[in-house]
Amino acid sequence: MASAAQRRIKSISYAKYGYLFILPFFLVYFFFQLWPLINTFILSFQDNKDSHFIGLDNYKTILFAVGNRTAKNVSKTFFMSFKNTIILWVGNFIPQLILSLTLAVWFTEANTKIPGKGFFKVVMYLPNIITAASVAVLFLQLCGEAENGPGALNLLLHKMGIVDQDQVSEKYDTIKFITGMWQSRGVVMFIQTWMWFGNTMIMLMSGIQGINPSLFEAASIDGATGMQTFWKITLPLLSPILAYTLVTSMIGGLQMFDIPYLYHKDPNKVSNNLKTVAVYIYEYFHDQVDPKMGYAGAASVILFFITLILGCIAFYMTRDKDAIAKKKMMKKNAKREKFASKQFGGYGV
Amino acid sequence: MSKMSKTYGDAKDNYTAKLRLKSTILTIWFIILTIICLLPIYILIINATRSSTEIANGISFLPGTNLGKNIEKVFKDTNYLTIFNAFIGYKNSFIITVCATFLNVFFSAMTAYGIHVYDFKLKEISYTVILLVMMVPMQVTSAGFVAFMLKLKLTDTYWPLIIPAIAAPAIVYFMRSYMKSSFPLEIVEAARIDGCSEFRTFISIAIPMMKPAIAVQSIFAFIASWNNFYTPNMILISSNFKQKTLPMMISAMQASDKFTDYGAVYLAIALSILPIVIIYVLLSRFIIAGVALGGVKE
Repeated sequence: MASAAQRRIKSISYAKYGYLFILPFFLVYFFFQLWPLINTFILSFQDNKDSHFIGLDNYKTILFAVGNRTAKNVSKTFFMSFKNTIILWVGNFIPQLILSLTLAVWFTEANTKIPGKGFFKVVMYLPNIITAASVAVLFLQLCGEAENGPGALNLLLHKMGIVDQDQVSEKYDTIKFITGMWQSRGVVMFIQTWMWFGNTMIMLMSGIQGINPSLFEAASIDGATGMQTFWKITLPLLSPILAYTLVTSMIGGLQMFDIPYLYHKDPNKVSNNLKTVAVYIYEYFHDQVDPKMGYAGAASVILFFITLILGCIAFYMTRDKDAIAKKKMMKKNAKREKFASKQFGGYGV
Repeated sequence: MSKMSKTYGDAKDNYTAKLRLKSTILTIWFIILTIICLLPIYILIINATRSSTEIANGISFLPGTNLGKNIEKVFKDTNYLTIFNAFIGYKNSFIITVCATFLNVFFSAMTAYGIHVYDFKLKEISYTVILLVMMVPMQVTSAGFVAFMLKLKLTDTYWPLIIPAIAAPAIVYFMRSYMKSSFPLEIVEAARIDGCSEFRTFISIAIPMMKPAIAVQSIFAFIASWNNFYTPNMILISSNFKQKTLPMMISAMQASDKFTDYGAVYLAIALSILPIVIIYVLLSRFIIAGVALGGVKE
């Protein structure tokens, strides 16, 4: 029995409060994210200097190098930075995934006795929360060469017998961890893996813990080995989460900025081996002498569409399959009922 | 009978021995990984206590005696005072981070509450929009963002770093999921019958009930804002060091060639990550639990 007050409350519409509560979010979203996004699109159709409309010229320049010599350079740099982004992402994602997947499986295994699991988890997540800018400068200090010495890492490698020292001049035959192409990329990949494997591990662990434990039990009763359990139970049931991790990591990889941007000794000049798309965009709109807003905008729009496609894939992969099935069932039932009620001359049975 | 139990016992011993071996190998592997995770940070701390020449001569695992001199240099040397000024850096980073975290969490809770509690026409659509825009990265909108801020003359102020925190789709998503599982709508109705205004219901009933979600998201928002280098770096474009954040000061230090005293440089880096490490040591349990709940990867 609803009281009079309750009935009165039911009849009042609270819809306006709903709008009121979500208004700040959408207002700020519009001004600080949606409008800038639209503005980026507008910029991408404008000339770099006097911002008049030039259609798709910026895209043509970036993608097909149409125009003069600077245009060729712009295009070349874009594809180079795109290639760098992919190399750096692949080089950090593969070791990261192998590491975090194996760790997640071992951490969730019930039968092994490992002391201090909580401690290990805490330590492995630690690199993820440290300021990326500081990490980049720290590794720069560790891997770089000092004025009067080979630098910390090279010295360590010398003691291990990997780096040679010339007997006469006492100069070290150092590994160029900063200027070398693959050496510097290797360091950046290592930093990215170092920072992110703990995070991926914990996400995968919560995924494994979500798998019905009776499946593992049944497998162990049937005498499955650890490998069999992993390939036949854990991996197939984990695949949606793995796919989600893959796509989010890809989107994150496209935004890679802090570490490639700071990992160089040349003042104000990012190494060409490490320039990512995000650095490319940043450099173009941040250039105070000769800003290239149009190119930056066009590159951003290209990046946006790549992200959009990846995001749709992630959305498709993680959608709630049960909920969709249920909805379908409900629709079917409704149809059947309608049909049935028609059969009985429109009277519900 | 006895033979069977013997076979069974052998198998069991074999199994136990295998498990023990596996556990030992895994523990060793975990210890190696722990060392890899901690080594750079450990060397950072050790080198912050050593002198420049000691650092040039190699890696040490024992602290040096130069900490006092390094501290004096970082806080008194003119190069440091005009490029890496720890006090100003802490102050600026702290102002931006605290304001942004508060707005992040408060308005996300409010938006999630609005969508969860009320029935209105655009309810489902607005939630779908929030889910869709969750994936759009900052880097994509940044060119337009900076151009817009230049037009409004808001560059070199903190407003573009603080106000956008109100619209944080990922946190709204998290809060909504939390409310779905642990915020019954009957409570709102009861509050209405008692004559509580809608906004007051949110402030004094919903927020206290959402404390666990708010705590987890505050930690993540704080860390994300403190570590943010990209946005401040493109908004605070004047060369005035007095308004720079700590990560920007680290970057400025790296770009300058005036810093040849490596001990002091290491100390400066250590200072920049100190607050985050302290927070992590104190709250690591909540942070790990938060990641496991599906902390959205940035």
